[in-house]
Order: sequence, then structure tokens, then C-alpha cells
Amino acid sequence: MTTDDALHLGGVRFTNRLFTGTGKFAANAQIPRMLAASGSQMITVALRRIDAQASQENILAFIPKDVTLLPNTSGARTAEQAARIARIAREAGCGDFIKIEVITDMKYLMPDNWETLKATEILAKEGFVVLPYVLPDLPLAKRLENAGAAAVMPLGSPIGTNRGLETKPLIEMLIENCTVPIVVDAGIGRPSQAAAAMEMGADAVLVNTAIATAADPETMGRAFDLAVRAGRTAYLARLAEESALARASSPLTGFLDD
Amino acid sequence: MDIVINGTTETVPARTIADLVACKGLAAESLVVELNQRIVKQEQWPQTQLQAGDRLELLSFVGGG
Repeated sequence: MTTDDALHLGGVRFTNRLFTGTGKFAANAQIPRMLAASGSQMITVALRRIDAQASQENILAFIPKDVTLLPNTSGARTAEQAARIARIAREAGCGDFIKIEVITDMKYLMPDNWETLKATEILAKEGFVVLPYVLPDLPLAKRLENAGAAAVMPLGSPIGTNRGLETKPLIEMLIENCTVPIVVDAGIGRPSQAAAAMEMGADAVLVNTAIATAADPETMGRAFDLAVRAGRTAYLARLAEESALARASSPLTGFLDD
Repeated sequence: MDIVINGTTETVPARTIADLVACKGLAAESLVVELNQRIVKQEQWPQTQLQAGDRLELLSFVGGG
């Protein structure tokens, strides 16, 4: 087993495969504590028009400088809008990473794969480290790779649902056939589901709601870190085979009565 | 002078972006300003003049997944 199991993305070396988000925390002060407890080295932020009524706390001030920022393009409904948000985020000093999130369906918050591909084509050419959030679809994932995506981020289940890996067989196709890292994003509700994603060979997971809305986000961040490490370690150790019939673990030869 | 701020036309007395930020009482450190689809960095706010019809976006980073 390799001793250096780091994930390299956009020229950055990640020794922690749990990516986190800043949404839905009861207080921003929980974010640095969660980051410390989970060891997460990449975290998402969003960009919005200011709201005169809302708090003017600067969320970036709660993120340590050694954590890579992953601005998202939430709010974009077209590739062009996503590209504009990405350029603003970069100009504002957030670095080259961008999570492309283009959503036109407000009921299930399904990503619009077609607009996401177009945005990936535009932004990869402009030198961004593009992480597109998509519904898992193998031909699309290959197109994203060809367009220059740094990773592909398929959803496990709809955003914020905590229902886990409902798309598991589709994500497995990406893991088996893509050359870029696969990061399972959205829907992971429990550490056991994050472990399952890592066991099957995902390169990382992105978890926001399940940590931010837990009663104790800091401790839940630690639980997800442990689960991601357990799942990754199991994947590297290569899982034993499943069998339909029982296979004894102890010798079945007679003992006392023979 | 009328300018469009975050999609809404407003009459503002401010002559520069710095004036506008001050008169709206906005927290400068978390503010991202886009003037006619170009980002204006904070150090350029005092000398960036506003003109009637300008389209200004006042943005900030917020929590998101």
C-alpha cells in the first residue's frame, strides 16, 4: 500500500479527502471549529448580492488561510452566469478553484448537466480548476474530462436530503471509467454513507448539510473525517469478496463428539 | 444621479464607489463590487467615479455548499 495517499487537485496536495461546505451553520464561529475537528482542507463558499437586512459578517474571515476555498456558482441558471460568478470569485481573491453548480430545477435541485458542461468548457480554457457538480452520467463525465474538468462531482442524492448514495451504481461507472478524481457531492447524510462512497473508490466526498445541521457540527466533522479515512483505507486494502453462501471462518471438522 | 444597484434603480448622492459604500454603511472588508460587469478592487474605490446609468453589483461571500 502506498504511503503517500494524497489527492492532487489543481496543483494542491490534499491529505484529507473530506471536503466541507459553509452553508446552514447556526453560527459562522462553528466553521473554524468544524474545520479543525474534521481536518478538512477544502471548503465551499457562495457569492450573493448583499442583503441590507442580513448580517455583514465576512464568512471568509472564519476560514483559516491554509484551507483551500472552493467558491460555487450557486444561483446560476446558465453556463454564462456560472462563468461570470467564477470570474468574480477569482477576481475577489478566492483562487482558481470553482465548483460549477447550475440549477434550473427548483423542486429537486437537479444540476443542469448540459449547462454545466458548457460552463466547464468555458472556465477550463480560462485556467480555472473546474469541479463540476453533476447528476452521474458516464458519457457526460467523459465529456467533462475532455473539456478539462479537474474532477467530476456526482450527487449521491438531492442536495440537503441526507438520503445517501441513491445513485450508487451510476457513480461506480464513473469511478471505473474516468481518469479524473470522482468526488461524491450532495446527499451524504451519515458518516457510514461517506465511508461507503470511499470504500467503492470515490476519491473524496463533499459534505455540508449533514455536518452543519447536526446538533454538534464540530464532533460530526470529526466523525466524517474518521469515516472517510476508514472507507479510503478499506478501498486501498481491497475488500474481500461477497458470497451468496456461507463460508466458514473456523474449521468445520468435528471436535468433542468425534 | 440614478444608477442601477443590484438590479434596482436608485438615486444616490455618491460620486465614487467609496462614497457609496460609506453612505450605505456597508462593511467594506466583505464587499465585492462589480461596476458594469468589471470587478473594482477595494483600493480603487476612492478614485472610481460613478456615472448616471452605471450598473453596480454589490456582492459578498456567504455560506454555501
